[in-house]
Amino acid sequence: MFSLEGITKSLQDWLYLNFNPTWALVIECLIVIVLAIALFAFLGLVLVLMERKVAAHMQIRLGPNRVGPKGMFQTAADTLKLIMKEGLTPDGADKFLFNLAPFVVMIVAMLILAPIAFAKGFQIWDINIGVLYVSAISSLSVIGILMAGWASNNKYSLLGAMRSGAQIVSYELSAGISILCIVVLSGSLSINEIIASQQNGWWLFKGHIPVIIAFVIFMIAVTAETNRAPFDLAEAESELTAGFHTEYSGMKFALFFLAEYINIFIVCAIGATLFLGGWMPFHIGNWQDFNHIMDYIPSSIWFFGKTFFLIFLIMWFRWTFPRLRVDQLLNLEWKYLLPISLFNLLLVTVIAIFGWHF
Amino acid sequence: MQALTNRKQQVERKPMTVWEKLYLPSIFKGMGITFSHLFKKKPTINYPEEQRPFSSVFRGLHILNRDEEGREKCTACGLCALSCPAEAITMEAAERQPGEEHLYKEEKYAAKYEINMLRCIFCGLCEEACPKDAIYLSQTFAPANYGRKGFIYNKEDLLIPDPNTDPEGYEKAKGDIGKNIK
Repeated sequence: MFSLEGITKSLQDWLYLNFNPTWALVIECLIVIVLAIALFAFLGLVLVLMERKVAAHMQIRLGPNRVGPKGMFQTAADTLKLIMKEGLTPDGADKFLFNLAPFVVMIVAMLILAPIAFAKGFQIWDINIGVLYVSAISSLSVIGILMAGWASNNKYSLLGAMRSGAQIVSYELSAGISILCIVVLSGSLSINEIIASQQNGWWLFKGHIPVIIAFVIFMIAVTAETNRAPFDLAEAESELTAGFHTEYSGMKFALFFLAEYINIFIVCAIGATLFLGGWMPFHIGNWQDFNHIMDYIPSSIWFFGKTFFLIFLIMWFRWTFPRLRVDQLLNLEWKYLLPISLFNLLLVTVIAIFGWHF
Repeated sequence: MQALTNRKQQVERKPMTVWEKLYLPSIFKGMGITFSHLFKKKPTINYPEEQRPFSSVFRGLHILNRDEEGREKCTACGLCALSCPAEAITMEAAERQPGEEHLYKEEKYAAKYEINMLRCIFCGLCEEACPKDAIYLSQTFAPANYGRKGFIYNKEDLLIPDPNTDPEGYEKAKGDIGKNIK
């Protein structure tokens, strides 16, 4: 049967048969780089189109429908336009940092891709501290945003970057604690082992109400961490024109835009991996027949289905709720989400120690 | 104070209950509303492909009418230009030569007939002033153009297609004109 695991394995065998190990590794690295960039470009196109379509339909509109069938090439045309535009650098800007910032944001987004398991046995790097790695690297993105805001030499950019910094730093806490809940339950930091622990059911269903609370808090926190509405204070277009990327144009702007969508994909992939079993098909306990039927659906489809469901959820938030004020945003995190998630972690620990989960 | 209308309502400022303070029920309610929008019928009209039906008295671009034999009805009397409040109509008259009877209905015709669509306010007074039923406001409306010159419509742009050689175009250009009007 077709499986990505088989393809990667046979490719690796072939490479090691025909080249010496060093060259085989180099070629593998090149393949991974090309695939990662291709995935980025593809995701950028698909997610922007998806966002516009979801937005339109939630507002009882049709959305883009002119370029290509059902408007499918709209984002490709937009990208073409952005490539042809001039990338301006303002006079007063710190030129080096200004031009560096979009790449920092992009590279951070690329780094988080490493430990994500896209399908059964299809993973760039099976690192044993996968979850820790992800939460560590994802906090680096704030550096890129602050860099962009500061280097622009524009008060709106700076305000947006500062807001974004405050927001990302505070929401990381509850996102991290929600991730810890699953780490406590599965007893491992490795993404692969966390997925394997959901063999007989996803944690969202196995872990009783505390895990559901953790999931809700995780979704709220990552929405804030990716600077999405209703937490999009960093770019609040009605107050700060475009926040930290006000001064960016052309391809540099496109990189920020792309990084935003890649980040959404990544946090949703992490959410799907931790709470919804990653590539693990939908299994119910010991119902062997049912589980076998579910196994026939390829693991990559399970992974992307779950991820895109969560992405849809985040887009759904954006087109439903109005933006929060800064004080409301910080109140929500420090007065509600953080205490709740700390207490929740305690409950999950008790459940894990007594083995009350299924 | 006495209310101005009988629709006056006292604003309620009750403190929120614990259920309301949780916010989550209202959040899910809001998400339910936007989700239900996904399945609603979209009121959008895809303009060039679909067109909104206009009423039969809609005042769009002008057409210069022909009679059943395809002869121009206009006699260049100038009443339309006179009645035009925006002074958008210019015309020059000419005399019909022998042998041109199949082209023009009467002895005098408009050699040049121009309407400046940028000046026109589509009031329809020209239509009412015309004694010969020669000018009508049709159901199409002003298309876009790249320059101001393009908005000065000359006789070729305004004339309705000949009913004998191009009956389909004639019917299409005529639309509902004269059908539902008493």
